[in-house]
Amino acid sequence: MTVAGRVRDVGVLIVDDEAPARTILREYLEKVPGVRILGECGNGFEAVRASGELKPEIVFLDIEMPKLNGFEVLELLEPSIAAIFVTAYDAYAVKAFEVYAVDYVLKPFQAARIAAAVERARERLGRKTAVEPAVLAAAARPRGTWLERIVVRDGGEVHLIPVRRLAAAEAQDDYVALKSEGRTYLKPQTLTSLAGVLDPRRFVRVHRSHLVNLDFVRRLETIAKGSTVAILADGSRVPVSREGHARLNALLG
Amino acid sequence: MHPILARRGRLLPYLAACAPFGAIVTGLLARPGLLSLGEAAALAFPMTFAYAFMGLSAWYPCRRLPLSGSRLPQLVATHAAAALLTSSIWVLLGAGIARLFASLPGEQTLPSRYAVEVRPLFAAGVLLYALSVALHYVLLAFEAAREAERREAELEILAREAELATLKAQIRPHFLFNSLNSISALASSEPSRAREMCVLLADFLRKSLSVGEKKSISVAEELALSRAYLAVEELRFGSRLEVEEDLDARGDACLVPPLLLQPLVENAIRHGIATRVEGGTVRLNVACAAGRLRILIENPLDPDSPSPPGGGVGLSNVRQRLTARYGHDALFAAKRLSDHFLVVISVPAELPA
Repeated sequence: MTVAGRVRDVGVLIVDDEAPARTILREYLEKVPGVRILGECGNGFEAVRASGELKPEIVFLDIEMPKLNGFEVLELLEPSIAAIFVTAYDAYAVKAFEVYAVDYVLKPFQAARIAAAVERARERLGRKTAVEPAVLAAAARPRGTWLERIVVRDGGEVHLIPVRRLAAAEAQDDYVALKSEGRTYLKPQTLTSLAGVLDPRRFVRVHRSHLVNLDFVRRLETIAKGSTVAILADGSRVPVSREGHARLNALLG
Repeated sequence: MHPILARRGRLLPYLAACAPFGAIVTGLLARPGLLSLGEAAALAFPMTFAYAFMGLSAWYPCRRLPLSGSRLPQLVATHAAAALLTSSIWVLLGAGIARLFASLPGEQTLPSRYAVEVRPLFAAGVLLYALSVALHYVLLAFEAAREAERREAELEILAREAELATLKAQIRPHFLFNSLNSISALASSEPSRAREMCVLLADFLRKSLSVGEKKSISVAEELALSRAYLAVEELRFGSRLEVEEDLDARGDACLVPPLLLQPLVENAIRHGIATRVEGGTVRLNVACAAGRLRILIENPLDPDSPSPPGGGVGLSNVRQRLTARYGHDALFAAKRLSDHFLVVISVPAELPA
């Protein structure tokens, strides 16, 4: 079998909080040629840690899990890892997967479907996923609901920032600097994509590279003609552009 | 706007119904030697149709002063004043019409002859006003009855909708697909447990189908349904799920709307136990004392887990059904504390007849 011999082994990580689901995934994956199962994880934190240590190329990722859900895990994984989502029934998520051509398998699992998913993932290995994880996560949420917390990885540590405690965010090159409770967290994301998933009644893009939480804005100060800054609760100053000022006025009535 | 004037099709039949009154007023006015039948009719019919509109004004005081809930002196005084005023205007209007006719040949004395009739005419005006008031009260009562009927039908529809939502919610596809996946997983590794899970799942489905049609079931039946559900989930979650029951035997016989506990138990797992790596214990407490049935469901949750949008579909459905059935007599409280969730229900203890 020369063909099978040429197939390069891929490392696969299984992430699901239910033991029976992990069992059957393992059983089916063991039958797929060229698959090396690196490990199993029962929750999102474990998945992030294990993927850092085991360096899988493909991750089977359940959506509803303790600690971090599947979308949050995806945000924290290396972009080169191919994620295959696993779900029993989630109309919103499945729609989002279809829209962004992200692979997924449905429970109950089918051996052939699992093998096909591995095959497709193998083909796109090394290529970055087309969609930004945050955008995918936003598309998977029911309409009119907004992000409740932001996940950030800092080395091996995962931080959960509730959005109600996020005072402001600033674009810094390829990152956003998130300011919450006196600390600053860096996350590889664009400010625009972050603004798109936050409740627009609470978060205002006051400047091309600044976003503020209205709950933290104490006052506006005009420092020169046409130049305004917002003073936040902790005393920090955020520049406000002309458009930003108009947006603030529209919201504050 | 008055209901008769508000709709086009109503005015003509109404005026037609007034025509006989024209005849009565004609009879009242016609007196040999004073007013001929022709003269009486010429005065009576325009006056009657004018009154047809004036009498409608009684609708406003009638609406302001409903028969029940208004004080009698106020009621009498208001309507008496309105009757005197309306009748006076009416009699004056008659005089005006008589004066118009006075320009006709041989009718110069009509206004003075009409003046002789003013007293009985005024009395007739007051009586007609009283009739109008009576008819308006009947009309208002009729409208109130129809409104009450409509509201009752609306409530009925609301209750039905809540029930339908319950029926739909009783078998969550999520639960079903996950269970099937677990059975599929066990089929090769532990065939006997796979079979056991098939039976448990079938047991739960059968029970939930049979209770959905009933209006009330006993707490014991509802608990059996919740236990069947929990038995399936215990296979899925393994050691992560524990259940602790503290039940009062008197509570078992109490009647409750079907699927009261099951959605709450399901929430406890989906939004509670499932959010915790180490799982936890769902606590169920049912007690019956002093004529009240009290149910308490408690589960731990991960403090960092986001709350489900809208507080969960199950909660609002249960709250709705409790209100539909017990009104203000039902207490329903759901509270998320830092690391656990608590639902308390207190309803009048209903025992089977």
